[in-house]
Amino acid sequence: MLSLLKNKPQLEPWERVVKARTMGRFTSQDVIENIFNTFYELHGDRHYGDDKAIYAGLGKLGDTPVTVIAQQRGRDYPEKIERRNGMVLPEGYRKALRLMKQAEKFSRPIICFIDTPGAFSGMEAEKRGQAEAIARNLFEMSQLTVPVISVILSEGGSGGALALGVANEIYMMENAVFSVISPEGCASILWKDSKLAPQAAKDLKITAADLLSQKIIDKIIPEEASLERTCRNIQKCLKEGLYRNSRLSPTEIREQRIQKFRSIGS
Amino acid sequence: MSYQCDKCGSVQNEQEFKDHYGVCPQCSNYATLNCYERIGLVADAGSFMEIWGNDGFKDPLEFPGYQQKYLAAVEKTGMKEAVVVGEARIQGIRVMLGVMDSRFVMASMGSTVGEKITKAFEYAGDKQLPVILFIASGGARMQEGVVALMQMAKTASSVSQYSQKGGFYVSILTNPTTGGVSASFAMLGDIIMAEPNALIGFAGRRVVEQTLYEKLPDNFQSAEYLLENGFLDAIITREEMRDALSELLYMHKNTVIISKREEKAYA
Ligand SMILES: [Zn+2]
Repeated sequence: MLSLLKNKPQLEPWERVVKARTMGRFTSQDVIENIFNTFYELHGDRHYGDDKAIYAGLGKLGDTPVTVIAQQRGRDYPEKIERRNGMVLPEGYRKALRLMKQAEKFSRPIICFIDTPGAFSGMEAEKRGQAEAIARNLFEMSQLTVPVISVILSEGGSGGALALGVANEIYMMENAVFSVISPEGCASILWKDSKLAPQAAKDLKITAADLLSQKIIDKIIPEEASLERTCRNIQKCLKEGLYRNSRLSPTEIREQRIQKFRSIGS
Repeated sequence: MSYQCDKCGSVQNEQEFKDHYGVCPQCSNYATLNCYERIGLVADAGSFMEIWGNDGFKDPLEFPGYQQKYLAAVEKTGMKEAVVVGEARIQGIRVMLGVMDSRFVMASMGSTVGEKITKAFEYAGDKQLPVILFIASGGARMQEGVVALMQMAKTASSVSQYSQKGGFYVSILTNPTTGGVSASFAMLGDIIMAEPNALIGFAGRRVVEQTLYEKLPDNFQSAEYLLENGFLDAIITREEMRDALSELLYMHKNTVIISKREEKAYA
């Protein structure tokens, strides 16, 4: 798979950031429609509302029922407004957590698709406890006894992405980026000039290849010219991942995930 | 040494500063305490024994300028990282105590801060000690990239493991507690307290303002705002902090303590 990547033109980190954000690139919903045999959407956090930035439900991967939780940015402008470009509110994270606990109850694996510039940073998000919502997801996801696989499709923006990323295995699409802060934000804080974002994108080591070599992610999924073929790659990686995890006991699944994160930066 | 209030400019000498716990006698403004002043306020005299005090610099991305920034912080504070952890006693009760110091790179969380917090919960879990953390932070340390981001998951997972063992964790949010630290171990205490007026939030105020047409409430992201919205158990003044902690610790000793007189009455 890596040799295939080497034959492609290598994009600069900043070019990948731009590509990941371009409208017209596949969204979570496009991928979900392509790789699951059936998909049944589920709504709401049971406390406050139904955040449209989280598109979630039940799907069948081949014959295996799975819980699917995705950040959905929207395919056109009206949908982008409705879904806040994938920027999740506290009730979105709580909806995701509700469905994860449900998956655990019914022994279903969980597949998360990450695609967000970051958690929503508006007044209502702060008022309803954005920090608590993200923290709670990290806390609870670490203890899940069913396998979690997270795929970063385009943009993995900071804590807002990580709240769906406490997974047994993390994959990144070839052109996806995953970062602690947006390159613009980093450049404006460090160098007081957001135009230096391309340099920050390089220094922050946010590409799939960078993160694979840092052992933060487990796999890079190649992108193809057509959506169908790209989705076939995603589907294959997910099936292999679920197969690997199917041989572990619930306790081993939890332990493996805890150890994976325990070892980062130790 | 003298102290000048950031808010009203009045000056106190060292003894006055200590007597008032760093709270300005003129305007009640809370001065930022360094970690040693904080430990002095809550721990029994001489009881604090630091652990992992030599854990220091890691530069996983070899980020330009990071080492110089780190060394300048060491020079300024005499610390090796933004958090100090160790065993202490509060009114005689053994605890794991951790204090973050915002003078050190805004007490941002990189791999060493994440690792020390994680080890503190593991150690406390093994020794069955309560954990008391005084938190302040600007968030994840961007110079360590996704490694810093992942410390959010690592620390939250260590709180989760500790909680499974029945451990008692009190987090005290001090000014400022924001970003990736607020969205991980800070918000996961069994009891979450804050100092009056502390800034607590996920996103920065300026970022939030950009998403709005209206003005934010004056107390937005203050401890009082969080209490009002249900995210804190209590706001505790510095003067009350030591007593509040010892009361809470006493109530979580998981033992039924009956006095001799009560014993007779119930017999
Ligand atoms: Zn004053």
